[in-house]
Amino acid sequence: MSELHDRIKDVIENEPVALFMKGTPQFVMCGNSDRALRALREAGAPVTAVDILPDPAIRQELSELSGWPTIPQVFVKGELVGGADIVEELERSGELEQTLTERLGDNYWEARGEKTVSLA
Amino acid sequence: MDPVVADRIETLLRDAFPDAGVLHVEDRTGGGDHFQVTVTSARFDGLSLLDQHRLVNEALAEPLRDGTIHELRIKTRGTAI
Repeated sequence: MSELHDRIKDVIENEPVALFMKGTPQFVMCGNSDRALRALREAGAPVTAVDILPDPAIRQELSELSGWPTIPQVFVKGELVGGADIVEELERSGELEQTLTERLGDNYWEARGEKTVSLA
Repeated sequence: MDPVVADRIETLLRDAFPDAGVLHVEDRTGGGDHFQVTVTSARFDGLSLLDQHRLVNEALAEPLRDGTIHELRIKTRGTAI
């Protein structure tokens, strides 16, 4: 197990909502990452963003951990919710809010906002 | 424009979802690396959206891994009402 592997795992397991994306919420570098971020904002989620671009190893380790090949990837309470298409669709149907409430509690949106964790 | 890549994606999806009612591959930018795929299949029946997308990702594992597909959008539907 590499140190990077452990740090990725730590973010997934300990952050309420983890978004692995290309770029940062302030400077999004990819359309799909932007869609996932917007859906999470719409749902009032507290977002912990990780930029995967600085080191190709982040994406490699992440996909090995999650079994999901593409970026972005959204985790809530340690569980993969999906990529941009899924998160967007779940937001539209109201299921994203439902998942957030179930896993984070009724008042999850009180912690809404964004922070960035650097793994590079 | 590279229609070969779109054809390859369609073939992989046909193999994985031989029953597919709708199977559509769209080159979103004309650049041959940003794709939107739409698949309707009984294989998706009863599966969560996450697992439905997993099946599509598995079918396209190779072009995803080797970088042929730079960006992929997926739309899936089961056949059950």
